[in-house]
Amino acid sequence: MGIADRLIEDVGLRGGVSKLTPEQIQKTVNAVISGETGAKLKAYAETCMRCGLCAQACHFSQSHPDDPSYTPAAKVQATMGVLLKTGGKVSPEFIYGMAQLAYTECNLCRRCVHYCPIGIDTGYIMSTVRRICHKLGVTPQYIQDTAHSHSATFNQMWVKDDEWTDTLMWQEDEAREEFPGLRIPLDKEGADIYYSVIAPEPKFRTQLIYQAAAIMHAAGVDWTMPSEPGWDNSDMCMFTGDFEMMGRLKRKHFESAQKLKVKRIVMGECGHAFRSVYDMGNRWVAWKMYPVPVIHSIEFFWELMKQGKIKLAKKYPGPVTVHDPCNVVRGRGHHEKLRELVRFLVDGPIIETASNREHNICCTAGGGVINCGPPFKNVRLDGSKAKAEELRATGVKTIVAPCHNCHGGLEDTVHRYKLDMHIKFLGDIIYECMEKPS
Amino acid sequence: MHPPALWDWESGQRVILASMERPENVAWLEEYHISPDGERVAVLASLEEGGFTALVNGEAWENPFEKAWCPRFSPDGRFTAIVQQDGMWTLAVDGEAWEESFDFMWSTQFAPEGEAIAACIQSGGEYGLCIDGVTWETLYENASQCVLSADGKASAAVVQLAQLKPADIEAFKKGVYGVAVNGQSWDANFMNCWTPAFDAKGEHVAAQVRLNLYDYSIAVDGKTWNEIYGCVWEPRFNPATGKVVAPVRLNGRWGLAQDGQIIWEPRFGQCWQQIFSPDGKNIAAIVAPDFGKFTVAVNGKAWGVTFPVVTDLVICREGATVAALGCVDNADWQVLVNGRAWAGVWDMAWKPVISQVGGHVAAKVSKGKRQTIVVDGRAFAREFDQVFDPTFSPDGKKLLIRGIDKGSVVRIVADVAQA
Repeated sequence: MGIADRLIEDVGLRGGVSKLTPEQIQKTVNAVISGETGAKLKAYAETCMRCGLCAQACHFSQSHPDDPSYTPAAKVQATMGVLLKTGGKVSPEFIYGMAQLAYTECNLCRRCVHYCPIGIDTGYIMSTVRRICHKLGVTPQYIQDTAHSHSATFNQMWVKDDEWTDTLMWQEDEAREEFPGLRIPLDKEGADIYYSVIAPEPKFRTQLIYQAAAIMHAAGVDWTMPSEPGWDNSDMCMFTGDFEMMGRLKRKHFESAQKLKVKRIVMGECGHAFRSVYDMGNRWVAWKMYPVPVIHSIEFFWELMKQGKIKLAKKYPGPVTVHDPCNVVRGRGHHEKLRELVRFLVDGPIIETASNREHNICCTAGGGVINCGPPFKNVRLDGSKAKAEELRATGVKTIVAPCHNCHGGLEDTVHRYKLDMHIKFLGDIIYECMEKPS
Repeated sequence: MHPPALWDWESGQRVILASMERPENVAWLEEYHISPDGERVAVLASLEEGGFTALVNGEAWENPFEKAWCPRFSPDGRFTAIVQQDGMWTLAVDGEAWEESFDFMWSTQFAPEGEAIAACIQSGGEYGLCIDGVTWETLYENASQCVLSADGKASAAVVQLAQLKPADIEAFKKGVYGVAVNGQSWDANFMNCWTPAFDAKGEHVAAQVRLNLYDYSIAVDGKTWNEIYGCVWEPRFNPATGKVVAPVRLNGRWGLAQDGQIIWEPRFGQCWQQIFSPDGKNIAAIVAPDFGKFTVAVNGKAWGVTFPVVTDLVICREGATVAALGCVDNADWQVLVNGRAWAGVWDMAWKPVISQVGGHVAAKVSKGKRQTIVVDGRAFAREFDQVFDPTFSPDGKKLLIRGIDKGSVVRIVADVAQA
């Protein structure tokens, strides 16, 4: 089996390859490989020993145990391996399969790096394959639409400038019913904290903004949110391979915070955006590290807990299990802080999945895979079988998952595999259990 | 107009507001704002009985509103806020609301050298600008990034020219964005447009454009440069020559192009926020000579001092003085002047200001919970709970310091030589 045996029709992929010529493909492939890669890719390509250890690392591979084409090494060989071997002399139909594989069968979760004896980063190689696909105009329809939204509105869900502020005011009004005097301070210069979110929050997860405002209010935090674009820290352009737009988004985000002269950015419970702000987007711009410190909600809530600023009226009934989002755990090492926080919030033990902490299995939604939309939903859910089995084995009813995409993916997984579990953000639990000032 | 030449430059201190106590009928006060001349201090106030007002030098506006936000002083000292009345939004200027009202309003803009006030509006799902209470005749599917000319007589914004169906990626790629000037869109449409900017006379507009997913350029009055680039940043007009200069990226490196011709070779890891001296003879920009190392380049030559982050670039009238801020981890801030970093290291610093005469530089800075002003490298003798950006007198001999300390708002005029 291979990707050619499981092609799925997608408007974006089909429309893209319909315009390609072999000459254009070869020129683009070689332009990216010679102009944008270097020793790292060459070393990875030349040192893979085909030992097969990465098969145990990849949840797609674990979920398809009889099909070696899902192993990271095989996916690399079927994509970048062919491009390097042929010098880019491949057909448009090959590009279709390569794009489908790179965008929908690899979450860029980097678990395989831990298993590879020589540390080959398949996520990097797949990102480079996606970069080539972007340059060829062959990207899945739904994630490309998200990238278009980023470019037009500086957020990923076509939220217009008025809708953003209006939503914040609406949530502020709602919250004032419960917390008289609560504010969502807009454009407050010099605040300690600039709170940034991703566009699904104002679009359809507004309760997360409400809860964040409630927690900030109860903890007495000096915070602000911007009224103008820059508020969305997310970055699907990073995942389509549109690095120019990725850099533009990060510039907008950080300059929005710099303009307000805040001390730190706290970002909501999102995984991929963290990767963009501290690793990829910032560095495309030429900042070695982020120009304004960015604190993920796990760390921020942990700080509030340590400082005694979150006081609990009750504990959330456990036991629970914890899902470690790849980008803030493998990418940042927040797994122990996450567990300290969960132990503080929950009455009962944490029942770990067999793979946990930095070895956690991805939710199978990350890396932009869930953003590729309905055509690829079954690909994603077939690939999450390994995760589902680990979750079922815990025997608990609650999954704590501090990441939006993980939530979306795990909700689908819970439904598909009839796990009878529900998923909570940290903010859900803190809001539910905290002492609420009247 | 109320130019600095007409302000009170008598040396000494005056108390503008002796008490900042919350009045009994006020549930909470928001953040304080102060007029450029330091004579008026204003704050939005939430009223106990519901609604909002503004307190200006302690006096409430005559009529309260249901809501109020986006409080700002105009350059000539009028206090404005976007206010809601009967569920509709408009702008209140010194408490007087415009007659026109909208479903939403945001992003108040002031003409830098005029009296015009504008804001973005949404009415019935259509978008545009309202300037001094007069709305563009043509409204659009969306309008953003609004900007006024220096004299305020012209306005522009990026506009969406057609509705897009959900996930219609092909329609997007055909280009549905443009720039509208005074409400009229350019004939040309693009995949994306960003950061429209006027020339000094308000007669021409330039913007970043994306022609397709990969090709970027600059369009001036709707006409695209012949050259395309891997990426571009904000174009700006030379105030003296009217030529357009923009950062451009070629082969992964950044430089500056003028009317499509390279004037700074693309050799930087980054190059942006270029500014001109008013005589148009000098260009400065923030650049990264190497990855992770930022500085300022003047007329293409980079300073030797580098920081992980450089912001807030300014240049004086004749171009003889260029200043910016450098920082490490958004914490250790230093003021940079003509290639040298002042000795003081601060928790935060604000955009430097340069005197029109004499080349003096001042900036607001903070350490811990206290703020002050540094002038020509020396910290002002007094600290404040909060201080606002300083202003030099037209002759460069005096410095206006506006501050809040110990529960009162003060206006201090200091001699620069003794500050």
